[in-house]
Amino acid sequence: MANEAVKYVWEGAIPLQIHLHKSDVASHPAPPPALVLAPRIGYLPLLIPLIKPYFKDSLPPGEDSIWFDYKGVPLKWYIPTGVLFDLLCAEPERPWNLTVHFRGYPSNILIPCEGEDSVKWNFVNSLKEAQYIINGNCKNVMNMSQSDQEDLWTSVMNGDLDAYTKLSPKLKMATIEDDFSRKASLSSPQSRQGVTETDVAGQVKTARIPVRLYVRSINQDFKNLEDVPEIDTWDDISYLNRPVEFLREEGKCFTLRNAIESLLPEFIGDRAQTSGEERSRDDDNTEEADGLLREMGEIKLARIQGIEMKLEIPFSWVVNNLMNPEFYLHISVLVKAPQR
Amino acid sequence: MNSGREVIDGRLTVEGFSVAARAFADKWKTHNQSLPPWSWVPLINRTLLLSNQEEGYLSLENILILSSLEESTEDESLNVATECSEKEEPVDHTILVQNQENEAHYYDFHIVYSASYKVPVLYFRGYCSGGQPLSLDVIKKDLPSCSVSLLLQSKWTFITQEEHPYLNRPWFKLHPCGTEDWIKLLSQSSISAGCQMPVELYLVSWFSVVGQVVGLRIPLEMLN
Repeated sequence: MANEAVKYVWEGAIPLQIHLHKSDVASHPAPPPALVLAPRIGYLPLLIPLIKPYFKDSLPPGEDSIWFDYKGVPLKWYIPTGVLFDLLCAEPERPWNLTVHFRGYPSNILIPCEGEDSVKWNFVNSLKEAQYIINGNCKNVMNMSQSDQEDLWTSVMNGDLDAYTKLSPKLKMATIEDDFSRKASLSSPQSRQGVTETDVAGQVKTARIPVRLYVRSINQDFKNLEDVPEIDTWDDISYLNRPVEFLREEGKCFTLRNAIESLLPEFIGDRAQTSGEERSRDDDNTEEADGLLREMGEIKLARIQGIEMKLEIPFSWVVNNLMNPEFYLHISVLVKAPQR
Repeated sequence: MNSGREVIDGRLTVEGFSVAARAFADKWKTHNQSLPPWSWVPLINRTLLLSNQEEGYLSLENILILSSLEESTEDESLNVATECSEKEEPVDHTILVQNQENEAHYYDFHIVYSASYKVPVLYFRGYCSGGQPLSLDVIKKDLPSCSVSLLLQSKWTFITQEEHPYLNRPWFKLHPCGTEDWIKLLSQSSISAGCQMPVELYLVSWFSVVGQVVGLRIPLEMLN
């Protein structure tokens, strides 16, 4: 049995209310929206078999090319559903109202999607990249038998954590030493910690962690999340696909804040590093340098798996418990831009 | 002394990439005047984030590529024609001659650093004069025939359609498997001559191989 946090992650789901786009409605009256529960760790195209029956009688003749939008923004199908929700809805909307299209795929904006195969290819590719980052090579994924790869993918598609837990040790991913997670049962041979085969990098002092960071930057401060302006296009979001260099230093805890700031150096600024985990700031978040008052950038919110994270959490705990099945940690961040 | 800019194991740091990119662009401009120069696009122009480091990518755009109309035995590289622009500072190096379908095809190339794999990656896209993107099938007709067969047969190089890491648009990505391995092989000859591959030559060496797939040759002088 995997630990509680991982179960929680795998069971996470988002209620969707899916409306057929009016240009695709060829019936009268228009069909009501479909209500679907979408796994957080899943992907929107995988829901199509559930959604299509609701609308098939309303569609105009022709071939389907299915895509989704949220308030006019076409949704990138290869981003896990939970991440899309955490990123695009500052104030969580339940159910989440999406629009589905069966025609007019915006191929100048979205890469093509040929159903489950495309989603699987994207998953395996991400897994290879994550393994390269963690282990320094991706030979374990490459050497996996075709049927094991299939079974691993199927376990993710079906949200079957037990099946996944049996298969993922074959990936021999190096683990991060973590004093904070509750250890899995010792009687279970399929613990995610404790893989000791020879071609595993083992527990290391510095490690690279696969992270995908999605950053929304706003200029004004805000009191409530409802006041955060909506996203019009993906150009409003900065996407960073780069590993975090996890530093282990004696007596220091590498926190989530440290991890995010290592990817966004502008948000550390020139403040003198205070020891310990609490950072002291002036009340109005300014500092003086060269006699000029500058306003620092500030991380307002970091969401992982739908959880609003306290930034002082040890990063090792986050890594070991909140990763997606392809071993990437997806972090949605809302920042207030530095004023210069 | 490790300045963080050295080529280690066939791979580059992000600082090393910036250095290698500048050096590559300079050499190209000097030795490859039949083609427009590469420009460096800083990331701060492309993301909302300000970066402490000077990160960016190399860009070569608006290139018209002609396919070899005949199977040529001597030179399979592409014919890229340029015209003398009447403008003093030509921004747009579009070209006169057209490909065999009588339609102008333009190409953009970006050399982008992959932080995950610590190697450069080539992104490219093709489009018509109206801006309509070209499919991979159409693009393959523009590539030299030897590289198309290389693509089909070899397992070391793949072209996939993925989102550009910074531009939110679909591009084609050429990712040679095991870049670091053949870069190491290229370095071997330097090592036996008594020196490690200087980082300034990394992209030149890399492009001498990768560029051939998309039909962009570089003159031998650039490798000095």
